[in-house]
Amino acid sequence: MRKYWSFFRIRFIRGLQYRAAALSGMVTQFVWGAMEILLFRAFYEASPESFPMTFEALSTYVWLQQAFLALYMVWFWESELFNSITTGDVAYELCRPVRLYDMWFVRGLAVRLSKAVLRCMPILIFSWFLPAPYGLTLPGDMKIWAMTLLSMTLGLLLIVAFGMIVYMSVFYTVSPQGIKLFVTSMAEFLSGSVIPIPFMPDHVKRIVEFLPFASAQNVPFRIFSGDITGPDVYSSMAKQVFWLFVFILIGRILEKRALRQIVIQGG
Amino acid sequence: MIQVEHMNKTFKVARRSAGFSNAVKALFHKETDTVHALSDLSFRIGDGEMVGYIGPNGAGKSSTIKILSGILTPDNGTCLINGRIPWTDRREHVKDIGVVFGQRTQLWWDVPVIDSFELLRDIYEIPKHQYLITLEELTELLALEEIIKTPARQLSLGQRMRCEIAASLLHTPKILFLDEPTIGLDAVSKLAVRDFIRKLNRIHKTTVLLTTHDMQDIDALADRVLLIGKGRLLLDGTLSDLKSRCEPPCATLDEIVASLYREFQI
Repeated sequence: MRKYWSFFRIRFIRGLQYRAAALSGMVTQFVWGAMEILLFRAFYEASPESFPMTFEALSTYVWLQQAFLALYMVWFWESELFNSITTGDVAYELCRPVRLYDMWFVRGLAVRLSKAVLRCMPILIFSWFLPAPYGLTLPGDMKIWAMTLLSMTLGLLLIVAFGMIVYMSVFYTVSPQGIKLFVTSMAEFLSGSVIPIPFMPDHVKRIVEFLPFASAQNVPFRIFSGDITGPDVYSSMAKQVFWLFVFILIGRILEKRALRQIVIQGG
Repeated sequence: MIQVEHMNKTFKVARRSAGFSNAVKALFHKETDTVHALSDLSFRIGDGEMVGYIGPNGAGKSSTIKILSGILTPDNGTCLINGRIPWTDRREHVKDIGVVFGQRTQLWWDVPVIDSFELLRDIYEIPKHQYLITLEELTELLALEEIIKTPARQLSLGQRMRCEIAASLLHTPKILFLDEPTIGLDAVSKLAVRDFIRKLNRIHKTTVLLTTHDMQDIDALADRVLLIGKGRLLLDGTLSDLKSRCEPPCATLDEIVASLYREFQI
């Protein structure tokens, strides 16, 4: 266990070094969040009855999304990992008495958490002070807090597990460009980070909710904002667990197969 | 003890002629050639031996090192290192070996070298007191005192290579594979690296397998030389065996090797 913790720590510390990036990221996320809420306000005023969430829930969803962007953004990749596969530097990591999948999984967690830790608090505090219904609304029930935290963890693990599938696929395709472009645009939309999933047309929504990406940020943020309640909380989280296992399984199979027939590039 | 018997390894290499139309053709029909990186390779290396592994570029040296390190799987043949098959028992096997790839880096780029070392300590689960003893010894022998607190990106190649070698030895492996450890180094660093490897072998009886194109490395380090070309083992003997195969006998080591390459047409 200690080796994973150590690996986590070195990547986490390294992630904390980039203060300027964190600051500019934070500013972007404030502006982006505000713009998104204003945009939805225009829709809301046009026809409040066809709005699928309460406006408070929407604002809360948007602010959580901005605060924890680093945890759930699908378009973030570590180019070092891609490079180490395409140039063959991965050779060194394969000389370690640790499974490559586990090492990189921990690494993925560390990168995202180190980014999120720097950025989340100012955004959360700021949005909490905003007047209703534009700010963050906190649920009173402690159970909702606990459920949100659990579901956020599952969502983060799911996103990291998905990233692992993409990293491992580069053992087969050599160039990450194609798959990166494709999954980034698809998964962003399907995870509800472009627009929240409740805003999608009904028949699209039914398909999207069945897909794995709806099990990332969509679930915890909607639990927290009170949009998913009652037995739906449990079924949504069960789905999260299911897709997490599927992604981990796929990633590990890809890894195992890749390492058996691997070609380490370069002399 | 390293035992390799009748090992083969082939790679598929993509081939196409130059030009636009050929590139388009290759989109639909990819032509590949099979390259025999290793064919019927057999050798044995005993404990505590220092063996030079030479051959021209593309002879299969790096492939052999990768197979012995458990990273690559050969097509067939057997390989036992201290009773284990490297690629099936990879995680146990790598605890016993250290590998230095001269053209790659294992240090974390933007943190001080010592942080990378401590990560390796935890990855290899090295007991703390043993780690401190090893680190002290390596620091002294490789003169790392000054540079260990510097981020790897700010080190010169020679300094970095000394750190790379230290990083591969923190877990006190019984076997050390060096894949071109002196590539690109200046005279002083080369001498320091050679001197260190000799000492390591003398003090700890570490088995060393070294690939290089620098014949002075071989002269300084190897008691025994394996020459391979086109994936075949051509010669296995001492340095003086190598020298005696060549006319005139007083030629430099580089000339001897070049004439051997000619003789075997590799």
